[in-house]
Amino acid sequence: MFNKDRWSEIIEALNANKFRTFLTAFGVFWGIFIFVVLLALTNGLKNGVMSDFGDFATNSMFMWTQGTSKPYKGLPKGRYFNYKLDDVAALKSEIPNLKYVSPRNQLGGFQGANNVIRGTKTGAFEIYGDYPEYIKQQPMDILQGRFVSYSDINSKRKVCVIGTDVIKSLYDKDEEVLGSYVKINGVNFMVVGTFKMSNSQGDNEQDANTIYIPFTTFGQAFNRGDRVGWMAITAVDGVPITSIKQQVFDLMKSRHTVAPDDDRAIGHWDLSEQFARMNGLFIILTVVGYFVGALVLMSGIIGISNIMLIVVKERTKEIGVRRALGASPWTIKGQILQESLILTILSGMVGISFSAFVIWVLNYLLDMSGPVDSFANPSVSMTVVFTALIILVVSGLLAGLIPANSATKMKPVDALRIE
Amino acid sequence: MIQIKDLHKSYHMGSNSLHVLKGINFEVKEGELVSIMGSSGSGKSTLLNILGMLDEADTGQYILDGFPIKNLNEKVAAKYRNEFLGFIFQSFNLINYKSALDNVALPLYYQNIKRKERIEKAEHYLEKVGLAQWSHHLPSELSGGQKQRVAIARALASDPKVLLADEPTGALDTKTSYEVMELIQGINDEGKTILVVTHENDIANMTKRIVNLKDGVIIDDSTVEQVRASQYV
Ligand SMILES: Nc1ncnc2c1ncn2[C@@H]1O[C@H](COP(=O)(O)OP(=O)(O)OP(=O)(O)O)[C@@H](O)[C@H]1O
Ligand SMILES: [Mg+2]
Repeated sequence: MFNKDRWSEIIEALNANKFRTFLTAFGVFWGIFIFVVLLALTNGLKNGVMSDFGDFATNSMFMWTQGTSKPYKGLPKGRYFNYKLDDVAALKSEIPNLKYVSPRNQLGGFQGANNVIRGTKTGAFEIYGDYPEYIKQQPMDILQGRFVSYSDINSKRKVCVIGTDVIKSLYDKDEEVLGSYVKINGVNFMVVGTFKMSNSQGDNEQDANTIYIPFTTFGQAFNRGDRVGWMAITAVDGVPITSIKQQVFDLMKSRHTVAPDDDRAIGHWDLSEQFARMNGLFIILTVVGYFVGALVLMSGIIGISNIMLIVVKERTKEIGVRRALGASPWTIKGQILQESLILTILSGMVGISFSAFVIWVLNYLLDMSGPVDSFANPSVSMTVVFTALIILVVSGLLAGLIPANSATKMKPVDALRIE
Repeated sequence: MIQIKDLHKSYHMGSNSLHVLKGINFEVKEGELVSIMGSSGSGKSTLLNILGMLDEADTGQYILDGFPIKNLNEKVAAKYRNEFLGFIFQSFNLINYKSALDNVALPLYYQNIKRKERIEKAEHYLEKVGLAQWSHHLPSELSGGQKQRVAIARALASDPKVLLADEPTGALDTKTSYEVMELIQGINDEGKTILVVTHENDIANMTKRIVNLKDGVIIDDSTVEQVRASQYV
């Protein structure tokens, strides 16, 4: 069907009215362009928002205390309490589906005062007291040395692991970092490791402004004892944290004499739930993208169909002549179908190429300007491109169908009589 | 070559119906050059279109070279048109975006003949009508007479059994008309059966037989002494 003669026939016919061919093609070009770009933007939004979650283990939650809201067993409401290290032990032993339970404490924070000194240099950083498991929940790249270890925990060693931005503000270039000392809130710590966040995006600045020290050292050096600021809890794979978090709360409530129905006493942030919610949102957005894109594309296709109809009408006489010369109805139909198919696919390909170019420019600009809130790496998968191509082929055929039929509906004698 | 018996055709427009052909009987033998005459509206074109399978008669019998032409589906009709018939129209009906050569080659394209062979044959027929140097010109670059000669070459390209020409000189001046008739006579001399619809007596006299139509019936059918067109050119 796709022989060379057919091709030159079709190219001749399309060439015969270049401007109209161009206008026709533009509809589909535009449709597929919008379709692909829309999906790419949706994807960019998704990548951006999802990266705000960081690559923290998704099946996790954070849990802290907020003060009771109900009196219970003689204790008044509005009472504050703290988790202790033995709560962590109890969670680990009584709820086997928990993979990691990391108690955490924090000093300093966003735009806090200077709290770290090294020689004449000072800086304001976030100081965390952590257990070794934490690096399994929050993946990071250890650049030099190591992360906090259990022997650090047990011996309450005054050691720290510092982020790349900490190094930048406290050290000269080429200075040896490992083994050097920094003074945190007046206490000297030896640097045993440096890190950066794995494939960080979005809040990477804050992340690299961080210093990790052993949890136990934190308690001793900054007078927290074995009190726990909050916990990062990850469930084992296959058991959603959302499904077992109530067990965690119940255990904590009973250990701290909190009314079982006092839901305000324990604060938490369920990462997996939020993650699922976001995922759901983006599935909806993607569906909307497909829908709107397909509608725009459809109007392009209707345009092709329309113009092919006009073309057929204008060429009624030519079609009559061709039939007088021996063209069978299917030859004529095939040619019209093929014309519309080629027009659709060609303009669609140009549309896809152009949208790829626009997406590339967008990515280039994003790279130049640095990270943008909630938007990163707009892109489409090959699946989308193939879907678009299949839509193009099907719709090219559909667009040609009505015109092709109308081309051969007329008797040759009537077609020839048309002026 | 052509046998027609009691052919009827009427056109229906709303509640009116117009009986155009009211029982045509005639026969054309191989190698004849026949002109069909008659006043405007007498049904000449209608008859020729039926002979050309572009239209269908209501009743009657039509046999073309032994093949009964009745209730053909469009695919078979297309094949018959391609192999048996060549058309020459008053308004040439060349495809305006195709060169003279490609126009001539078109019927061969529908026979699925390979391009190279098509071009060779088309060149041969263009040469025959004296337009070899014009083969790559578009119809818009040709004079009326030249266009009609391209159309004749096209009609000849598939080597049909019968040529059907509906007022082939209708759009041409006298001199060019005679040139075209000279060409048609030459083709007929080689043995091709040709039917020409015309208004003009001088053109009709250049054929070998004149069939006169009036009010949908043949009122006269007689052979004539052929006037050679070459003596006027
Ligand atoms: N498709 C049609 N619908 C209705 N009437 C038609 C149709 N085609 C032809 N007629 C009518 O049939 C009659 C014969 O038409 P036809 O074209 O055969 O005449 P003709 O002899 O070729 O005339 P002319 O010399 O003017 O070409 C005319 O009255 C015409 O109006
Ligand atoms: Mg007529």
